[in-house]
Amino acid sequence: MTRLVLQRVSLGFLTIFLVSVLIFAGTEILPGDVATAVLGQSATPDAVEAMRRALGLHDPAVVRYFRWLGAFVSGNLGTSLTTGRPVGADLWVRLENTFLLAGVAAAIAVPLALLLGITTAIFRDTLYDRLANVIALAAISLPEFFIGYLLILLFSVQMGWLPSLATVSPGMGLGERLATIALPVVTLVLAVLAYMMRMTRTAVLDVMARPYVEMAILKGVPPARLVLQHALPNALAPIIQVVAFNLAYLVVGVVLVEVVFVYPGIGQYLVDAVAKRDVTVVQACGLVFAATYVGLNVLADILVILANPRLRYAR
Amino acid sequence: MKRGGSLTGLAGLIVAVLVVALVVLAPVLAPHGEAELVGEVWAPPSADTWLGTDNLGRDLLSRLLYGGRITLVIALAATSLAMAIGCTSGFVAAISGGWIDMLLARAVDAVMAIPTLIFALVLLSVLGTSNPILIGTIACLASTRVFRLSRAVAGNIVALEYFEAARLRGERLPWLMVYEVLPNALPPLTAEFGLRLCANFLFIAALSFLGLGIQPPLADWGGMVRDNAAAISYGGLAPLIPAAAIGVFAIAINLVVDWSLAHQAGQRG
Repeated sequence: MTRLVLQRVSLGFLTIFLVSVLIFAGTEILPGDVATAVLGQSATPDAVEAMRRALGLHDPAVVRYFRWLGAFVSGNLGTSLTTGRPVGADLWVRLENTFLLAGVAAAIAVPLALLLGITTAIFRDTLYDRLANVIALAAISLPEFFIGYLLILLFSVQMGWLPSLATVSPGMGLGERLATIALPVVTLVLAVLAYMMRMTRTAVLDVMARPYVEMAILKGVPPARLVLQHALPNALAPIIQVVAFNLAYLVVGVVLVEVVFVYPGIGQYLVDAVAKRDVTVVQACGLVFAATYVGLNVLADILVILANPRLRYAR
Repeated sequence: MKRGGSLTGLAGLIVAVLVVALVVLAPVLAPHGEAELVGEVWAPPSADTWLGTDNLGRDLLSRLLYGGRITLVIALAATSLAMAIGCTSGFVAAISGGWIDMLLARAVDAVMAIPTLIFALVLLSVLGTSNPILIGTIACLASTRVFRLSRAVAGNIVALEYFEAARLRGERLPWLMVYEVLPNALPPLTAEFGLRLCANFLFIAALSFLGLGIQPPLADWGGMVRDNAAAISYGGLAPLIPAAAIGVFAIAINLVVDWSLAHQAGQRG
């Protein structure tokens, strides 16, 4: 088992390395370079040359890549090309905000999705099951910003219960902060809940169709016990995969939701940087997002191994 | 169950065709011009402007009709290009096998390890946002999924006798791809086209909403949500209308694809 887990982890690191190469290469495909992009078309050749020298752009791409990666790993994320501020300081504050938002959303969405998925599987083909499925199908197709603005209209403009903009400041207490991010959290929960619930239901129903479950039914096991003790353990692996997939999706969905609610997270930071073509910030944010995404997938793989006795006790 | 499935599929098809027809006929149907100022900012619906006006006082209904055109055209172009790239490379990988297959598959794995939106943002930050670049970027990223599917489908076909016969006959790669593999791979690929169209459509809407997709003064649904976002604080519906249009079209396409997939499964089984 340890070997399997180590394998996954090293594979994860390899993937993150490849991803960093891709992100670096992605910002290198332009015929011009950062110096001309920042200084603009009207810059004098001397100014461009000086900036190139300052940024070390004369070195070959491979050298610059490893210099960038090395600095990144040691915590130096470079300075923003537009504001001149160090990227690291801005990034960490925003990353904390984003993780709070995504974390609270996940803490609500995952148990709720499992509960709904399992109960719809138990009460299969009842009105409750059908209703939940129709609502889920609609929720999957709706863009996050539609849900977001609808919630703002209902709860903050019409009823005046919650703030429409999620502006948090460092001095806020946790309670106040949670109230502020309530609407973005609900939006994110709705965005990932439906898919997770449907896949959980499918996974449980899939196991329910197997002969050993039929045996359990025949010997008179009550429905709740049947699902929880007989079906669920074997449905765990696909459910873990789906949950991880959706948490990874949460990482991306957070970008849109942060923009809707003007929340000072890393998604907003990335979008602003892209609009201003601030390549250093884009690279840093891109790598952080991608690493989180890969990390979640590796975590899921490990959990799947732990959930499966055959893999757990494999040599 | 089956009957119900085809009913929802039909409903989806009707809605999708209706949306496309409305959007194509925009110049005839729209009561006002795309950029024409007709009244107050965020005026409520009236006899002249059925859905009210937007953040600059333009007719929301007219902009909705015109806006769908560019969003749909770009989604269609990006999806077609993605299918072309993905199918070609997927077929080549499956037929050639060996190191070509290996190389392509690993490269696609690496690209798919990055969330699509994040990778698109990284690329757009360097390339800038013009419509051809938008189409190219989305097509390249979407083609990874098409590659996986077409490679898997072609992999099954390559193992069949008739394909082996064609190979022994000495047919070249382009012939094998077009006349031997493609006809049998068509049903799953058409369903994939629908899925990708829906995903790309939502993706473009999201990018435009972030201000990084289709650029003003062209009207498009995602951008209209962004432009009118501030109206929500006054209880206005202006940002919700284009957002709902995006949702309705996406749901319609999903229903059609669901129906087509169920239909294919029924035929096979």
